[in-house]
Amino acid sequence: MLQFISLEWKSFIRAASFQTNLAMKILMGFGALYFMAVFLGLGVGVFFIIEDMELGDPFEVVNRFMIYYLAFDMLFRYSLQKMPVTNIKPFLYVPLTKNQVVRFSLLKTVVSFFNWSHAFFFLPFSIVLISKDYPAMEVLFWHLGMAALIYANNYINVLINNMSGVFYAFVATFVALGAAHFFGWFDVTLYTAPFFDLLGSNPLACLIPLALLGILSRAAFLYFRKNMYLDAGLATKQEEASTQEYAFLNRFGNLGTFLKNDIRLILRNKRSKMALYGGLFFLFYGLLFFTGDIEVYDGPVWKIFAGIFVSGGFLFNFGQFVPSWDSAYYPLMMSQNIKYQDYIKAKWYLIVIATAASMLLAIPYLYFGLNAYLAVLVGGIYNIGINGYLVLWGGAYIKTPIDLASGKKAFGDKQSFNAKTLLLTVPKILLPLAIYWVVALFASETLAFASVAFAGVLGYLFRNKVFSIIEKVYKDEKYKTLAAYKQTP
Amino acid sequence: MITVHELSKTYKDQTVLNIPHLDIPKGQSFGLVGNNGAGKTTFFSLLLDLIQPSTGHIDSHGVVVNTSEDWKPFTAAFIDESFLIGYLTPEEYFYFIGELRGQSKAEVSDLLSNFEDFFHGEILGQKKYLRDLSKGNQKKVGIVATFIGSPEVVILDEPFANLDPTTQIRLKGIIKDLAAKSGVTVLVSSHDLMHVTEVCERIVVLEKGQIVKDIVTAPATLKELEDYFSGAAAPSPIETVAATASTTEDKAAEESKFEDKASEDHSAVNRDTPEK
Repeated sequence: MLQFISLEWKSFIRAASFQTNLAMKILMGFGALYFMAVFLGLGVGVFFIIEDMELGDPFEVVNRFMIYYLAFDMLFRYSLQKMPVTNIKPFLYVPLTKNQVVRFSLLKTVVSFFNWSHAFFFLPFSIVLISKDYPAMEVLFWHLGMAALIYANNYINVLINNMSGVFYAFVATFVALGAAHFFGWFDVTLYTAPFFDLLGSNPLACLIPLALLGILSRAAFLYFRKNMYLDAGLATKQEEASTQEYAFLNRFGNLGTFLKNDIRLILRNKRSKMALYGGLFFLFYGLLFFTGDIEVYDGPVWKIFAGIFVSGGFLFNFGQFVPSWDSAYYPLMMSQNIKYQDYIKAKWYLIVIATAASMLLAIPYLYFGLNAYLAVLVGGIYNIGINGYLVLWGGAYIKTPIDLASGKKAFGDKQSFNAKTLLLTVPKILLPLAIYWVVALFASETLAFASVAFAGVLGYLFRNKVFSIIEKVYKDEKYKTLAAYKQTP
Repeated sequence: MITVHELSKTYKDQTVLNIPHLDIPKGQSFGLVGNNGAGKTTFFSLLLDLIQPSTGHIDSHGVVVNTSEDWKPFTAAFIDESFLIGYLTPEEYFYFIGELRGQSKAEVSDLLSNFEDFFHGEILGQKKYLRDLSKGNQKKVGIVATFIGSPEVVILDEPFANLDPTTQIRLKGIIKDLAAKSGVTVLVSSHDLMHVTEVCERIVVLEKGQIVKDIVTAPATLKELEDYFSGAAAPSPIETVAATASTTEDKAAEESKFEDKASEDHSAVNRDTPEK
């Protein structure tokens, strides 16, 4: 067991993303702290948001929707959590009992991000509950029960990892139940909420999830143990591929060719799927600002800040890493019959389409008033008109090859930050804030919104000029980029 | 016609390739052999403008490859798996390359139907992404993709490695046909002396970035190459020049950190041969 741990430790500290200089580590540390704070804020905030919106007793509301929370967790795990199978192979030939190896691999899933990240929600929520005079004992046992359920999900995921049939049946059921709930035909939460309420009212009830966890972990152990062969459990999961034509994109000529490829890229690789989900997640980022729950964010300038992030989730998550997405086959792209402008434009159109879609998806922000949605619209226009180019431009300097198949290292690559990309964040975020602030100071808020949008429109009008500048940058960086991508990610 | 002018590639102070002059006429099947680190892939990468030459340039059909991109429409290459897109099915990949080379779907399908033998039923319609294919099958896809859109120059780095015997034999036939019937200039590198001598009209041997042999293939060629690589060859004039060049000794010393002791000894033997 000790050797295992020392191996893991080595693989952790020798990971490429860890070997950066001190300044970067500090910067990344601050970044991590910030996000932790945001998540903690959500965990704490949920209670008060529910209270403010007068949806009822917050504890009961959370319990009611807990079934969806768990289902979403399952969804994320299945699509993103990596099974620890690849690292097992070298251990098959060494004198260790299979039981030891299996136990260790399962232990590894236990410490996965997908498990402990939930603590960011449950811990502060439980603390708030106790501070609001809910009985401490019962909250603690509820917390224990929920933790057991999260871990039960972990083992279910291990068990169904190779059974996509089961998973799709699960998704279908979940979507059907969600739709039925939404349209008011059938409310599944009425039947599941009592269970979670029971967890919160009777300490003994937490034995149910604990027993479930015990059974599942044993089952996962036996399943792994039985399948520890190269052609059984250790075979890497192969998706059944189907050829997709996307013939409707043919009318766009060369552009269509690249768009087709980019759609396949996004839909068929873990890492890019994560960028997409990340972009969707950004849609909710605005809640922090527009609900007025966090006082520092109440200033009007922050509305633009929120607008840029809400509409630009995909832009920042995906666009930032162009052309690294194509790093695995960059030599092909560079020697094929490809015009650089077409290649860059296709990526730009993809970003524009995604930004426009985000602007549509953000319509519910109208709930927080016209100004909130206006901020998203203005942010979106600025994103399309200016930031779309800037991320592509900055991407030319980020020479980190991306391992498409792995969901790891999606955050905090060492080369993702360098002087040039940092410098480019100024016009990306600070410039629109400054425009807004100055105009709002001397004129009106409406005029300030209009000026930021005008900057975006101006950028859009000069697109051909900008494309040829970006093209030149890409060409200048070509050899360096090719050499950098040669290094294994 | 591909012409090399004073081409060299230097990393720090180590010269990995130095070709003063080389002409490859149109329609020739040209073979490049040499041990690891001889500069074969470096030469191909220079030809595809994937790396920058330190001096000189390559002229391909009147286009200087590192200043203009006009060589791209008539050149196709498969160097390694970085020329494949892992998340595509073979069909999607072929059509993608086809679209880039201005070929309609029907034209590509038509071309593919000629290679059904070659694919041996393991490529098309398999419901697998390229990343999930075996190394050999990936190679088949990469090689066939270079034939899409009738290129005039086809560059294949180690095309025979990883292929099964049946496919190797078929590939030899395909390459010979390409050069002989369609006038395509085919550049092939290989570690398999038998295959290159069988396929190529002309064979160039690289050693430490220098051309040490330039042979028009004849029945005795295989023997000559085998003798050369087993270190027993009588020195040809070119070889003597290369071996007595003043830089050779320094280079051997520098490269010794990349190569094992045995090969260092081997180069020492080579240096001694002229005196015999």
